Amino acid sequence: MSDVKKVLFGPILANNPIALQILGICSALAVTSSMKVSLVMAIALTLVTAFSNFFIAIIRNHIPNSIRIIVQMIIIASLVIVVDQILKAFAFEISKQLSVFVGLIITNCIVMGRAEAFAMKNGPAMSFVDGIGNGLGYSAMLIVVAFFRELLGAGKLFGFEIFATVQNGGWYQPNGLMLLPPSAFFVIGLVIWALRSYKKEQVEEPEFKIAANSRSQEAL
Amino acid sequence: MASSNDSIKKTIIVALSLCLVCSVFVAAAAVGLKPIQNSNKDLDRKRNILSAAGMLEPGKSVDEIFQTVETRIVNLQTGKFATQAELDDAGIKVASFDQKVASKDPKLSIALKGENDPAGIKRRSNFSAVYLVKSGDKIERIILPVHGYGLWSTMYGFMALQNDFNTVIGFGFYDQAETPGLGGEVDNPNWKALWKGKEIYNDQGEAVIHLVKGGVDSSDPKAAYKVDGLSGATLTSRGVTHLVQYWLGKEGFGPFLAQLRSEGVQ
Repeated sequence: MSDVKKVLFGPILANNPIALQILGICSALAVTSSMKVSLVMAIALTLVTAFSNFFIAIIRNHIPNSIRIIVQMIIIASLVIVVDQILKAFAFEISKQLSVFVGLIITNCIVMGRAEAFAMKNGPAMSFVDGIGNGLGYSAMLIVVAFFRELLGAGKLFGFEIFATVQNGGWYQPNGLMLLPPSAFFVIGLVIWALRSYKKEQVEEPEFKIAANSRSQEAL
Repeated sequence: MASSNDSIKKTIIVALSLCLVCSVFVAAAAVGLKPIQNSNKDLDRKRNILSAAGMLEPGKSVDEIFQTVETRIVNLQTGKFATQAELDDAGIKVASFDQKVASKDPKLSIALKGENDPAGIKRRSNFSAVYLVKSGDKIERIILPVHGYGLWSTMYGFMALQNDFNTVIGFGFYDQAETPGLGGEVDNPNWKALWKGKEIYNDQGEAVIHLVKGGVDSSDPKAAYKVDGLSGATLTSRGVTHLVQYWLGKEGFGPFLAQLRSEGVQ
């Protein structure tokens, strides 16, 4: 039981796909300018990761090694297309805002990474849980980033006004940069910093050590 | 196990059967959900039209309100409603007419270059849908589709005019990708509300409405032709001016509207 718990909740803080594995950054930049869109994207990605893990784990013993990446891609791509079609049919407004990013789940490194790293070696049930877990880790990060971006960039959360903006006769001068993709880099960077200050074991060994100040004699 | 998996036979069997299963799965989803998706798109278009005309009412369904709207096709070359013969000739059906598709078809559109293309649309369809709201035989409001290039994106919108075919009732874009917070403020309801009551044409019948930097001075005798520009979005504002002047000018709906003004509608 504790195994399931570890697989399910581990990726949220201890092994977050974005913060620690640094996967799936691209979509985290693109869709996080509003909470609503991020939430839908998070749900879509969680489902795709879970089910692709599940199906790949079922047929893992029959996948020829030479074409295994292609096989994984076909399964992922099919699932993403189905999710895209469902969104277009039942959540049209949101699918318009997500536009190409749903399709780009196919290339999201988290889905592919989990399929290759976990689902190829574990049973379907556990792989499914792993997919959900990593989806949750991604979702948590997306929601945190979207929270700051929407609040500071537009003064809103889920489209509801929190800070009255200057444009609408209020006091808050929105920070337009927060609505542009680069701001997600800053927010993600700050979150990673906070996370690694809290969990010191995540800090990586520096690859190079900076030498102490050289003295003038050595410099000659 | 591993070695048999890597045989050529097994590889081909796995690849083929997987493709087969996945394609059935994907095709079923695409075909099965098509009707719902199409009705969503249709509903979205209708809602955009009604929202530009300020006709959306809470508690009433979009379809219900849209029944009072009549869709007609205008021939932009003659400046008149397209006759049935013209429509048959061009193979256009009123219900399924798509201006985006038509403007890519060389038979149904003209290429625009340089001076002739202030709105940056490259090709203009010869036909355009217009939406009429009538009471009896008299046109109460007319809603015109417009589009043009802003800073980053082609902006698509609708402009609704009163039956003097000069005064704006409402204006708004339903598809744009301008800078959020700057040019993206074209979607701000407060800005859109500024358009109401503005006039398009001067006494010579030229489309002169435009956005101005800063604010409009209400004591200016020409204030009716001026709308506040978007702060921090000079290029988007310029794009809006260009596209409105283009589509309501002599290359766009100008002659058609002039015709309606002079003779009324039959």
